[in-house]
Amino acid sequence: MISFAVVTCIKIAVLLAALMTAAAYLVLVERWIAAWVQDRLGPNRVGIPLTNIRIFGLGQPIADGLKLIFKEEFVPGHVDRILYNVAPVVTFVAAVAVYAVVPLGAVDLGISGWAPVDLTVVPAFDAALIFLFAANGAAVYGIILAGWSSNNKYSLFGAMRGAAQLIAYEIPLSLALIALACYAGTLRIDEIVLQQAESGVWNIVLHPLAFVVFFVAATAEAGRLPFDLPETEQELVGGFHTEYSGMRLMTFLVSEFLHMITAAVVIVLLFLGGWHLWFLTGSEPVAGIGGAIIRIVVFVAKVLAVVFFFMWMRWSWPRFRFDQLMTLAWKPLISWGIVQVTILVVWYAWWEPLVVSQGWSSLPVLGLINWVTFILTWVITAAVAQPHYDNSPRRDLVRLAQDMREGSPYLESPTVRPCDA
Amino acid sequence: MKPDSSEIRWVDESPLNMGERSYLPLFWDGLTTTFRHLIGPKLTVQFPEERHQFPDPLIYRGVHRLNRDEQGRVKCVACFLCATACPAHCIDIVAAPSPWPDREKYPVVFNIDMLRCIFCGMCEEACPVDAIELTSLYDLSGKSREEMIFDKEKLLSIYDQTKDQEPPGWLRGKREIEDLIELPQDDQDLTQDK
Repeated sequence: MISFAVVTCIKIAVLLAALMTAAAYLVLVERWIAAWVQDRLGPNRVGIPLTNIRIFGLGQPIADGLKLIFKEEFVPGHVDRILYNVAPVVTFVAAVAVYAVVPLGAVDLGISGWAPVDLTVVPAFDAALIFLFAANGAAVYGIILAGWSSNNKYSLFGAMRGAAQLIAYEIPLSLALIALACYAGTLRIDEIVLQQAESGVWNIVLHPLAFVVFFVAATAEAGRLPFDLPETEQELVGGFHTEYSGMRLMTFLVSEFLHMITAAVVIVLLFLGGWHLWFLTGSEPVAGIGGAIIRIVVFVAKVLAVVFFFMWMRWSWPRFRFDQLMTLAWKPLISWGIVQVTILVVWYAWWEPLVVSQGWSSLPVLGLINWVTFILTWVITAAVAQPHYDNSPRRDLVRLAQDMREGSPYLESPTVRPCDA
Repeated sequence: MKPDSSEIRWVDESPLNMGERSYLPLFWDGLTTTFRHLIGPKLTVQFPEERHQFPDPLIYRGVHRLNRDEQGRVKCVACFLCATACPAHCIDIVAAPSPWPDREKYPVVFNIDMLRCIFCGMCEEACPVDAIELTSLYDLSGKSREEMIFDKEKLLSIYDQTKDQEPPGWLRGKREIEDLIELPQDDQDLTQDK
């Protein structure tokens, strides 16, 4: 029992240290990528203190952190002090708690009498997926508390946007998850990873539609551009964290980065095969020490690749307008999620027995069905969907003004709008 | 302007075709554009180590200098045209009778308050003898306000420092800016109110 507690504490310590360092250095990477995309060099000066050695600016996160720690923590007089102080903590705890169930595989330490150590803080947790998304969704409490307690209209707008956005995108996210859980037959993340490793077919290949829905929704949940409506420096002066400074602000910013890492981690675990890579990591559940290191490296590399895509995407596509954001969630994404769930349910109820009775192997057929569905849904959505991104000039207003000046029969009948004529 | 004004020219966007409605080409365009810049050449000048190279340093409006004539004397004749033209009132001249026979006056004190200066170059335009000119030095800094008031010796030393790279106007033949600008033939055009 004691050894279990000690091992768990060590895991938590290692994981927290790794996460904090990763968040700090990803801020640096984000600034580099932002700079490179804009033809700049980015932070490259800060190196070892008191020397002239610049290690590509790798000292920058330490300098940033020190700056924020030593800054004055200004609390405006008009805030609700209790909630104002609680909000960053809630956000941070929600962002970190997710990692309790992230599986990195199990390792056999080679010590006699020791069972293989599972590299998860909470190993073999049956409802891991549900916990993961419950904890992730709890982050919106922090946003709402911050926005409300700041007693500032911009903050409140940011908080309301954040709440609406998270609620909207939870649905496609959950639909994609339901589809995946239907396919895997379990809610244990380590089992989902293990299934991908054993079959050698990652879920992105098998379920492209679920992947697209999940990816978009996860980006929106993480509040990354093009979905960063809760903060939008240009519109809301920083949104829910407008009134925060110093360490509290840093807590928010770190939580935000943790959310992005969470999104990347979950995408890697559920769709990109977790720690599995062909011909390199093997597919057995327990690895030796060397194998475990290789698996962790593969996993981290995959997560970093997805994080890079997030940062790259941020500068490639413009931010959505709020109505576009809502339309995207409620119309295409939810429909796609429902389509994917339906396909999988029907597959297990009728089609799979049929395919197996024919003597075919079921995975290629399922993949084919999923890909055809994916392409068909995309094309049909493109063909059918109303172009709600219409920015064409409002001629109807012009016509209305002319009609009001000159008199028009359209003004007499309220059923015919001038723009219809 | 009202929305039904006849001066408004309405431009229609062409309707989205099937490819554009699927958004895939647009996603691709965005990603490839940023990626090209991501790996492309960078424009940053690493300032203290490298310095920005001006295509033509002679037209840059940086720190002022007071030119010397061939005999090394200050070229200024203390006519106060620059101080008069200066919109920021940053030039302070004290004139005295000239000890030299070729001019009436010369400046005993010639101070430019660099903190007030807006680097518009009007003093250079106004000067009848090309005595005050703006150089391409752009990184001026100081630790006090007093330090930022440049006196005659300082301005002359800037001339000594920059005369090789940027020869004074009366040596290179002043650029005839008036020739480059086409002034309207009929001055009435400017005053007519439409």
